[in-house]
Amino acid sequence: MMISFLLNGETIRVDTPSATQSLLDFLRDQRHLTGTKEGCNEGDCGACTVIVIDADSVKALNACILFLPQLNGKAVRTVEGVGTGAGLHPIQTAMIDHHASQCGFCTPGFVTSLVAADINKDRDFDTVLAGNLCRCTGYAPIIKAAQTAAQSDTMPEWLATDRQALAAWASDEVALAQPRSIEELATHLEKHPHTQLIAGATDVGLWVTKQMRDLGEVVFLNNVAGMSGITETQTHMRIGAMTTIEDCRLFASHRFPSLEALLRRYASTQIRMAATLGGNIANGSPIGDSPPALIALDAQLELRRGSTTRVIDLKDFFIDYGKQDLHPSEFVTAIFLPKSAPNLRCYKISKRMDQDISAVCGCFNLTIEDGNISNARIAFGGMAGIPTRAHNVEAALMNKPFTIETFKNLRGHWEQDFTPLSDMRASAEYRLRVAENLGLRYVHDLEGTQTQVHEAQVSEVLL
Amino acid sequence: MSVARPLPHDAAREHVSGKARYIDDIPTPSNTLHLAFGLSTIAKGTISQMDLSDVLAAKGVVAVLTAKDLPFANDVSPSAHDEPMLATDEVHYVGQPVFMVIATSHTHARHAARLAKVTYSETTPILTIEEALAANSRFEDGPRIYTSGDPQTALISAPNRLQGSVDLGGQEHFYLEGQAALALPQEDAEMVIHSSTQHPTEIQHKVAEALGVAMHEVRVEVRRMGGGFGGKESQGNALACACAIAARLTGRPCKMRYDRDDDMIITGKRHDFRITYDVAFDDTGRISAVDFIHYARCGWAQDLSLPVADRAMLHADNGYHIPHMRIESHRLKTNTQSATAFRGFGGPQGVFGIEYVLDHVARATGLDPLIVRQRNFYHDSTPATATQSTHYGQKVDDFCLNALTDKLLASADYSTRRAEISQWNATSPILKRGIAYSPVKFGISFTLTHLNQAGALVHVYQDGSIRMNHGGTEMGQGLFQKTAQVAASRFGVPVSQVKITATDTAKVPNTSATAASSGSDLNGMAVQAACDTIRSNMSGFLATHFGTAKDQIGFENGQVLIGHDNTMSFQDAAKLCYENRISLSSTGFYKTPDIEWDRIKGQGRPFYYFAYGAAITEVVIDTLTGEYKILRADLLHDAGNSLNPALDIGQVQGAYVQGSGWLTSEELVWDDAGRLRTHAPSTYKIPATADRPKVFNTALFENENQQATIYRSKAVGEPPFMLGISTFLAISDAIANAGVGVPMLTAPATPENVLLALTQG
Repeated sequence: MMISFLLNGETIRVDTPSATQSLLDFLRDQRHLTGTKEGCNEGDCGACTVIVIDADSVKALNACILFLPQLNGKAVRTVEGVGTGAGLHPIQTAMIDHHASQCGFCTPGFVTSLVAADINKDRDFDTVLAGNLCRCTGYAPIIKAAQTAAQSDTMPEWLATDRQALAAWASDEVALAQPRSIEELATHLEKHPHTQLIAGATDVGLWVTKQMRDLGEVVFLNNVAGMSGITETQTHMRIGAMTTIEDCRLFASHRFPSLEALLRRYASTQIRMAATLGGNIANGSPIGDSPPALIALDAQLELRRGSTTRVIDLKDFFIDYGKQDLHPSEFVTAIFLPKSAPNLRCYKISKRMDQDISAVCGCFNLTIEDGNISNARIAFGGMAGIPTRAHNVEAALMNKPFTIETFKNLRGHWEQDFTPLSDMRASAEYRLRVAENLGLRYVHDLEGTQTQVHEAQVSEVLL
Repeated sequence: MSVARPLPHDAAREHVSGKARYIDDIPTPSNTLHLAFGLSTIAKGTISQMDLSDVLAAKGVVAVLTAKDLPFANDVSPSAHDEPMLATDEVHYVGQPVFMVIATSHTHARHAARLAKVTYSETTPILTIEEALAANSRFEDGPRIYTSGDPQTALISAPNRLQGSVDLGGQEHFYLEGQAALALPQEDAEMVIHSSTQHPTEIQHKVAEALGVAMHEVRVEVRRMGGGFGGKESQGNALACACAIAARLTGRPCKMRYDRDDDMIITGKRHDFRITYDVAFDDTGRISAVDFIHYARCGWAQDLSLPVADRAMLHADNGYHIPHMRIESHRLKTNTQSATAFRGFGGPQGVFGIEYVLDHVARATGLDPLIVRQRNFYHDSTPATATQSTHYGQKVDDFCLNALTDKLLASADYSTRRAEISQWNATSPILKRGIAYSPVKFGISFTLTHLNQAGALVHVYQDGSIRMNHGGTEMGQGLFQKTAQVAASRFGVPVSQVKITATDTAKVPNTSATAASSGSDLNGMAVQAACDTIRSNMSGFLATHFGTAKDQIGFENGQVLIGHDNTMSFQDAAKLCYENRISLSSTGFYKTPDIEWDRIKGQGRPFYYFAYGAAITEVVIDTLTGEYKILRADLLHDAGNSLNPALDIGQVQGAYVQGSGWLTSEELVWDDAGRLRTHAPSTYKIPATADRPKVFNTALFENENQQATIYRSKAVGEPPFMLGISTFLAISDAIANAGVGVPMLTAPATPENVLLALTQG
């Protein structure tokens, strides 16, 4: 497969023998650009973070689970290419000045994450850096460096030159072995039903790097027109399956603030900029963070096979562990959401606040009329082999007053809905107890009581 | 003078630009081969059959070796000779290397290693403390016991007495750079090894044994590690030996680096402990006696477990003078990874034990845990107070925690905040805040006394530039910059004039591991000794040459001062010395004075001095889910006369966050078959950016070392790790504030364990 992209300003044309060669291996083994490090090879530590640029976006991505074909027609900047000529980027200078490196191994990843954030004017550094682990510094000096460098407002010159170079490429110069339309994709999949679809590769990437699997025939979805973006229909919001989780998060910040807060804790910036909503659903994981929220929202799924399109309730898509209502050659094209859900609350419980996988993810969406519950949609992840609704609990809540007392009386119903497993993330007992308690949190939350630790601040008296 | 200046890390510019080289970044010849281990899939048993034909046939594979193919020693243990590099007949844990693959790429080697068909005859593994005790599976014949005073009588006669038990989890190092080594075969029998190791001499020693050659045939070089934390004190031996054997066999360079999952599955971690206690105290919270039992899960091989468990015993008093103490320490042998060194080396477990006891006493007496701690402190050392001794007989003559604590309480506004938290909690039904203070007193020196030595090699060139080498290794702590500051200060030149070079066993022999916080204490003194020899050579010559006394020669500001009115640049002085055939090169040597220790009797002076510090942490917890967050931390730490306050503050903050991680989100989970289920960052959660305290005040306590250490500084690598204990205690305080009388929180305090402690109340 012929791939063309810009690497630190230089045009790279490579005939990759394997569609699943990672950018990280390519950089280190073939370009001897060893500033980009392998820390975990699964997108969890950020030591391999690079900057990927196209006409619309500047993204910090994990090079370890980024396949070369995903870069076709884009520009890549590694730590070696973020400076200005012979000089350092202001982020790099600030990191030196603030003693923000100790062993230095994670440092290039922090630099690239921060440079990308600087270009995007993203100053929420806890969120920007949730996907970069440092074991030495305790992070404080890195944040100081980021804050200092953020005060300078200049864009690196290479951003413009990279984009000019990309724009100058004739479209046919970028050889594409990737479908460009939904029709093309549908036709291809009908002919090759066993093809592995690759969206953001944040899950499939690990099949290659960790499970050492040969994926066989693959097709990349990133160039399929009409698969990404959010549009408003008369009745719903339509989210293209290839819309990244980060774009979903930005969309949710206006309409569903609690979903935005949940998605802010979905993996890390690097993963959210690659991962797609369709991918998070189609892989059928019992612990994906978006399905419980979407089921609580009564989302619907649009599926395509050949020239046939069908729409199903998302809750019905998940049949059993590892089994979805998805036919051979069929693929997810879009997700439909209601336009508003003021009572939607999404609660993710994990060992670590950021960049962790849910032990329990509980999403509540109740309609309350005259103090009574008139409709209840409650969905959980981490409680069963699939993301699933708490039907017994929902039924028990119907027409009851929306009070703490009502939720305290639900014991027994939760057990009927869920028999969770014990694993390295949490015990079955904890999961059940927390599910119950999240019901109590929901009432407190809607009543305006502070219920989440990340909302608490050190009181001002103390500062 | 360079010393005491807050200079950046010597490689900061290389770090931020991606130019700093780690093992896997070193350019290698194109014929370099790559290695991977095939791992045991069971915890205990014997190998009945090993079919490696698919491995050998896999793409890119050059050779596959098992134990019987090894030409010489099959041992990678630091001392006990109980750790075969490749399993012989028996396997002892899930993840033990049983064969090695030599292939043309890292990926090919990893892929091929999965194709083995190994069958085992399984036996029941010993995984838990209970199972090990039942089987009397242990290192040493029985428990080590240290006793001071008459604890049994004190316990019986005390006005109050409590018993308890706490489980304390281990910790994965999670150095960002995994274990790695590169072997470059030379002519004849010589082998050059690049290793990510804290202990180049041990690598040299083990590689020499593996190749059946003398140590002089092996040269080990270490420019830097991407983090060590104790995890690279002994755990790099297997990779270096494997590479050396493969390089000798094939005649080609060989490299090995563990994939992250392999790294976590194969290598040892911090020892997890169970600590039981029986404590006697009066109504004011003053403790008269404690009887501890430490159960340490050491894993399958001895590694460094004995000194680790010893150090836990030696820190069972922390900063408290307890007249009657007994500590019984069981070093249990289990079919899990061989637990190893980790920042603090058992000290944190010992300190955690007594801090847990103090909290229990405080809750039982209804006193502020801070007050109980202060009442039990050793006296600050003044000429007026009688010197107190530890339970192992060492005089505590440099104690400063009373004064240090007073200063911290004031700067952190402790009492106002405690009152404010209490008010806030009264209005918050779901969230509860907690605050806690914890101190540390940490003994500095290797307890194996002969390790307290170091060497250096310094050259001054005829242009006045200086090249410095010593036995210490750089793992991010800034040792190279500190020793360069020492060298620059001795010659009165800017630190830029001193070239820092990779640790190299061919330059400085017989080095000790860079461990036990000793790096700058030992190597700084060795560098100073080397520099002072050269300085003396130069001074002697210049005095004669210019007709003045030797003591009239001074070195400062890039100049050499000769008598009262003569100066010349250091560069000119070096040139003049060279032209007059004066030696401008010297080794330097240092050994720590005044220490002696009998680890069997548990008596002596194992430590040259103590380093001190204290922390106050405030947290908020969610009583519905057990989630929590650190809101604020105030740290005050004693680094003596700091060699470099910026680097030292970096150590203090980083250690605090790492220590907090150990006791909160970092949970190691093994299943019933002995398989580690948390073997990647997806499942093992070290603190992330947002986990640091939002308000994070860190300062150094001015406190010149009473001992004549290098510029009267103090070691700083490990001691502040224990400041993270305040995070655990603050969570426990918040649980108490939620109405639980005596929180029985276990470590790590995951949200699940916090909720459990809330429920038990």
